[in-house]
Amino acid sequence: MTTMLRAASVSKAFGGVQALQDCTITVEEGTIAGLIGPNGSGKTTLFNIMTGYERVDGGDVYLGDRNITNLQPQRVFALGIGRTFQLTRIFPRLTVMENMLVAAQHTGHGRTRNPLARAGGRADRQRATDLLEFAGIARHADALADTLSYGQRKLLELSYVLVADPAIVLLDEPAGGVNPSLIHHIADRIRELNAAGKTFLIVEHNMEFVMGLCGHVTVLDYGTVVATGPPEIIRSDPRVLDAYLGIAEEDDDAPGQ
Amino acid sequence: MPPASETAPGEPVLVVEGVTSGYGGGDVLHDVSMSVPAGGITCVVGPNGAGKSTLLATISGLLRPRRGSITFRGEPLGGKSPRQILGLGLVHVPQNHSLFREMTVRENIELGGYIIRDRSLLARRLAGIEETFPQVAAWAGKKAGSLSGGEQRLVEFARCMMLDPALVILDEPSMGLSPKVLRSVFDAVRMMNARGKTILLVEQNARAGLRLSTHGVVMENGRVRLAGTGEQVLGHPEIGALYLGGSPAT
Repeated sequence: MTTMLRAASVSKAFGGVQALQDCTITVEEGTIAGLIGPNGSGKTTLFNIMTGYERVDGGDVYLGDRNITNLQPQRVFALGIGRTFQLTRIFPRLTVMENMLVAAQHTGHGRTRNPLARAGGRADRQRATDLLEFAGIARHADALADTLSYGQRKLLELSYVLVADPAIVLLDEPAGGVNPSLIHHIADRIRELNAAGKTFLIVEHNMEFVMGLCGHVTVLDYGTVVATGPPEIIRSDPRVLDAYLGIAEEDDDAPGQ
Repeated sequence: MPPASETAPGEPVLVVEGVTSGYGGGDVLHDVSMSVPAGGITCVVGPNGAGKSTLLATISGLLRPRRGSITFRGEPLGGKSPRQILGLGLVHVPQNHSLFREMTVRENIELGGYIIRDRSLLARRLAGIEETFPQVAAWAGKKAGSLSGGEQRLVEFARCMMLDPALVILDEPSMGLSPKVLRSVFDAVRMMNARGKTILLVEQNARAGLRLSTHGVVMENGRVRLAGTGEQVLGHPEIGALYLGGSPAT
């Protein structure tokens, strides 16, 4: 297997808080990988570093053989890493189609003052429509993005990222706040894309979702990797249980103290 | 107003029965039933999104249940405002730091007695709190915003004692605290309990929270999945599966 994305010994502190400490994670090409961990364990920080939204204090990020450490987010995106955000970032006052066309504009070369004026070509529209149909929200193409349900927004964001046909897609909580039937729909879409060759790295708190979808899971706790492996191994790993259930305060006392 | 009846130790001071509750279009809690025995420490744990904070908000009246009932010391809370519930002796310390940063510690604590009109009662309560929390009394003149996270927690505890509540609700008191500071915050929880306060808390550090507590409740996906003594819940073989998925119970 070829490594698609790799963060090697990445460290990052915010003031006195060590958000990531010597963190290494590898995503193989063609897989769906998961990144889990309790609140505040550093998952989103790692995503931000891998996509250029934060700079590392130490360590490197590679896309294939290419060192992409500390590149600007738009450069990382252009090189083939797409990502979604925990709280969806769409343009609420544009229609669903217009959101897609803004994304299409970013895949072209150079900048335009009015993305809607340039990126409204037939090919762009057709591709946008295809992706919206795939996501199951094409019937809302002319609705303001504002009017979509939370789950539909997640689907719009996924479609939006796919416009650029990235080699790997990083999803930050794709199932968070989404109703159960739509969660299944989102999982199915990810499986289909993966079957067609797309690589994924997913941060998610919904364990059934992560464990059912991912072939390989990495667990962060306090900014370090505590375990990595297939879901069935992760589920029974005592270090993972410690990360999620915490350690009782007296446990670290020596007897008689 | 006649004094509220005392609840005998071990009898439930709070009973939640068949409560369904949520925000906007969706339900977060589904048919939740649980109770809080008087004189104990009850800890609610569960993975992210289990509904723990929603349960607390529904109990303290910040959120109205869509179905079901909540009874506090024998009195139904249905239709009561948060302020009325506060007046009945149920105080909620929220998850996020809730002190007024630009005000002094003493001013913050005095605000805890905002609904009390009797000035001499206020003064007595304040004196009692300064005795109970000597370290907090030492910070009286400091701006609350200048204190560390753990220190601010203790001030929040001191503030909630101004109403001499029968039930203190704490939402994730250990959040963001180092293990050492967590210990001092948990010591303060034990101390309030030893002074007769029944405690209901939500904890992210499940093992530490359950070990601190006499009773434990595990929630998952808006439902109560396990309940028992703190020890029973802590040692239950299913608890890990409720966090990491793959539970035969789901």
